[in-house]
Amino acid sequence: MTRLNELRGKVQVINGPVIVGKEMTGFKMREMVLVGEKKLIGEIISINGDFGTIQVYEETEGVRRDEYIISTGQPLSLKLGPGMIGNMFDGIQRPLKKIKSQYGNFIPEGIGLISLDEEQLWEVELKVKVGDYLSQGQVFAIVQETQLIQHRLLVPVGIEGKVVNAVGDGKYNFHDELLIVEDSKGIKHPIYMYQEWPVRIQRPVVKRLPIEKLLVTGQRVLDMFFPIARGGTTAIPGGFGTGKTMTQHQLAKWSDADIIIYVGCGERGNEMTEVLEDFPKLIDPNTNRPLMERTILIANTSNMPVAAREASIYTGITMAEYFRDMGYSVAIMADSTSRWAEALREISGRLEEMPAEEGYPAYLPSRLAQFYERAGYVETLSGKEGSVTIIGAVSPAGGDFSEPVTENTKRFVSVFLGLDKELAYSRHYPAINWLTSYSGYTHMIKNYYIERLNEDIEPIRAKMLKLLFEESSLLEIVLLVGEDVLPDDQRLILEIAKVIKNGFLQQNAFHEIDTFVPLEKQLEMLKTIELLYDRGLRCIKQSIPISKVRDGDLYSQVIKMKYKVPNDNLDKLEEIKSNINRFYDKLESDYSNLEVI
Amino acid sequence: MKKEYLTLDKVEGALIELSNVHKVGYGEIVQIENKGEKKVGRVIKIDGDKVVIQVFGATLGLSVDNTKVSFKEKPFEIPLSKSILGRTFNGIGKTIDKGGDIYSDKFYNVNGRPINPVAREYPRNYIQTGISSIDALATLIRGQKLPIFSGAGLPHNELAAQIVRHARIKLDGAESDNFSIVFAAIGVKHDEAFYFKEQFRQAGVQNKVVMYINYADDPIMERIIAPKCALTAAEYLAYEENQHVLVIMTDITSYGEALREVSSLREEVPSRKGYPGYLYSDLASLYERAGMIKGIDGSVTLIPILTMPNDDITHPIPDLTGYITEGQIVLSRDLYQKNVYPPINVLPSLSRLMKDGIGEGYTREDHGDVANQLFASYSKVQDVRALAQIVGEDDLSERDRKYLKFGNEFEENFVSQGRNEDRDLMDTLNLAWELFAILPMEELDRLSPKLIEKYM
Repeated sequence: MTRLNELRGKVQVINGPVIVGKEMTGFKMREMVLVGEKKLIGEIISINGDFGTIQVYEETEGVRRDEYIISTGQPLSLKLGPGMIGNMFDGIQRPLKKIKSQYGNFIPEGIGLISLDEEQLWEVELKVKVGDYLSQGQVFAIVQETQLIQHRLLVPVGIEGKVVNAVGDGKYNFHDELLIVEDSKGIKHPIYMYQEWPVRIQRPVVKRLPIEKLLVTGQRVLDMFFPIARGGTTAIPGGFGTGKTMTQHQLAKWSDADIIIYVGCGERGNEMTEVLEDFPKLIDPNTNRPLMERTILIANTSNMPVAAREASIYTGITMAEYFRDMGYSVAIMADSTSRWAEALREISGRLEEMPAEEGYPAYLPSRLAQFYERAGYVETLSGKEGSVTIIGAVSPAGGDFSEPVTENTKRFVSVFLGLDKELAYSRHYPAINWLTSYSGYTHMIKNYYIERLNEDIEPIRAKMLKLLFEESSLLEIVLLVGEDVLPDDQRLILEIAKVIKNGFLQQNAFHEIDTFVPLEKQLEMLKTIELLYDRGLRCIKQSIPISKVRDGDLYSQVIKMKYKVPNDNLDKLEEIKSNINRFYDKLESDYSNLEVI
Repeated sequence: MKKEYLTLDKVEGALIELSNVHKVGYGEIVQIENKGEKKVGRVIKIDGDKVVIQVFGATLGLSVDNTKVSFKEKPFEIPLSKSILGRTFNGIGKTIDKGGDIYSDKFYNVNGRPINPVAREYPRNYIQTGISSIDALATLIRGQKLPIFSGAGLPHNELAAQIVRHARIKLDGAESDNFSIVFAAIGVKHDEAFYFKEQFRQAGVQNKVVMYINYADDPIMERIIAPKCALTAAEYLAYEENQHVLVIMTDITSYGEALREVSSLREEVPSRKGYPGYLYSDLASLYERAGMIKGIDGSVTLIPILTMPNDDITHPIPDLTGYITEGQIVLSRDLYQKNVYPPINVLPSLSRLMKDGIGEGYTREDHGDVANQLFASYSKVQDVRALAQIVGEDDLSERDRKYLKFGNEFEENFVSQGRNEDRDLMDTLNLAWELFAILPMEELDRLSPKLIEKYM
């Protein structure tokens, strides 16, 4: 990094991760600075006359008064280029593998600003030649980063002009000038394999496109009932032990985005280790390659410095936008946005700002909105379609959804997947409560289902959800008077709701068939349950008692179909359906004969 | 020659403030001398030439002009060597038994440093505790942090002691040399600390135990540092001496309260229930020190005990703890009143790491399904009981009556066990199968047909 006009301030106040320096005139807002002898990394968050307040991304123990604060002249930025996929970074893009090999098992402070490996050689294939006119955001070369992901090198934003010099195809690293572009004023810009981008600024696009595609997750309760759209926003709130992280992991594993960015924000170290150990072994059903080849991990575990936790979310979303600009569909999982909000609160408290609700700063809602609004389905500068889908976990204090982070998040997301303690206690996973959850995308992506499945799924979704709603009100009555007093058609609803819950909504993440289910099977399963209900109801209308209608064996066939029917062989479901038809045909004829006699 | 400062600006609770101080480091250790009595303190805020110091020990008798303050130019460190085994320390790592000081040339910063997630080894080896409800339903894994959520008057100490006694034996199958216990008592009553000492002695492990004791009437500042000293010792034993360390910490609620007290002294902006906004980060800096590291034999397994104020699991301390730890074991007053020991309420209890540490190759092939079925059936029992209270047991259906029977047997025979009973995991699983026989076959939907055939 060049430091032409290096400025120096002096440490005055130290209060945890917040440091105030004096002689800071000339420092810029949101500029990155190096603090003290250890050169801790920090960011300027306010300037007042000669004083500047800095949030420090590393442990500040041992920093002394009057130590120097050195300017870098740049806002907190990322190096964007090949080498990100399959890697794990801390909250400010420092590679944890490299930190381990250099510093051992524990993370010290004062590592400095390291990010992507600058020496590694990449095979570059140029797509432009001398004389071509390039515009910003255009693809000028490609690097096959992993077998799955082609890294498209983009002309940095703000640079346009004619190529006056270009290297040939071959192996290059970050130091090599790949192109020289001369703009209309005659200024020559060298172009490298990487570019830098400040994390807090949204990367530009041509325009936003309407949301109309489903992000297929292979999770039945999502794909059929509460779909997540590509370019959409989703929040998953839940108290501890309700399976937020598990649900996020399932989405990271199985959703059909091209690139997954998983941000472990203030969560457990072992969970990140688990991802690191599991993902290389798991095979993506869409591409048959290890999942790690499309995954980027960002880890700021709960014991790592709190200010870097605040930055980690922005680091993740900036990387997501960069890959989106190449024309990819990117999904970012943030686990958990509550820890990010708490980091805001902690720093705000140290700044002695006036708190709003529960000690959170008053700017919490606007920060949340800024983050979620960086999702979208867009036309990129390179003329391609790309998307960023945000799936944020929320950890409400005491499991109470009326706390500020959950409440405010709800205003800015379109899919809300409320996790439920009661369901989790009875080990109903994913513990997504069908009564409180919703998806605002069902109508927008209606055509996607019609194209993919040749059928509109809305009627059957509505019918199934209605049964579940009716069940919940019936259960209140059952709790008072017992099940036996209900009329048979209502008891049938209870039985079918049980089938929907056990046979469809519950999904076993550890079962090889059940962990990911293709859309086609999901729909057929629903239709099987629908058939079971319709035929049962017809019998009950003919006054056949529920005890005969509810056949243990038939019901257990339907419940077990999720395990017994292979994902690639739906004929078995047809078999179950014909079993249902045969059973009820016989039942009906038995009874009509009875009447004749 | 070190400078001594002779005038204080302010003494308030456990905090002192002085000015005209130069070149002081944040977090630096300070010696405070008052009429020949030496105390230790730590710099917690630097504001220009003013410094705020948190004093470990009582500030009784301190005045602005009878106190000498000198800065040590180093962070809070404790000396550690293998000779700490069998010794007892106070909250700030000073010996309080009669064995004299610890001499070592190695000093360790009590704050530790975060383990790089890349260096962590994902914990997979289970520890048999001999307690059915834990082994079967919330399996403890080596390197895990699994707290006990309890309430005042519930037998959490007995449970912890029982785990220590039996877990020790089961490590690596046989009596192993590389096992030690670190016990951190945070604001405990004298009789509780005595109980644990006595238990360790009875179990014959007193030479394997390191104790850090901060009694309820000890200074509040020491309470904040006590668990950090204990964890530093545990990390030393695990990662440098290759020991499997079991850390018991009690009571985290006192720790949280001490934090709140200091926070309010510092006039910080409070968040929920007056606790400081950084309570989560602070608790995490304790709990996250549990774990295993690739290439190192040792491990730190952490069992913090906390008493939920008013038995409220949504109180900030249990709530935030639950978000950080890898599950929890919840004790229930209802069960205790029904004379069930250990009164573990299995429904909210959970071990997040058990999914990868049980089943074939680890415990037994049926373990996962059995656990799921027990949870599902026992949660059904709760509904049936609610119904029975309204309509009466006689009006229940045949199936519901079976559930009632299952629930009672589960509590009396499975959850309940003797205070010295060490139940083998295989016996525990077999016992579960006996319970399943009570229920109608079609209710056993979490068990795979293969297993039913084999074990039923």
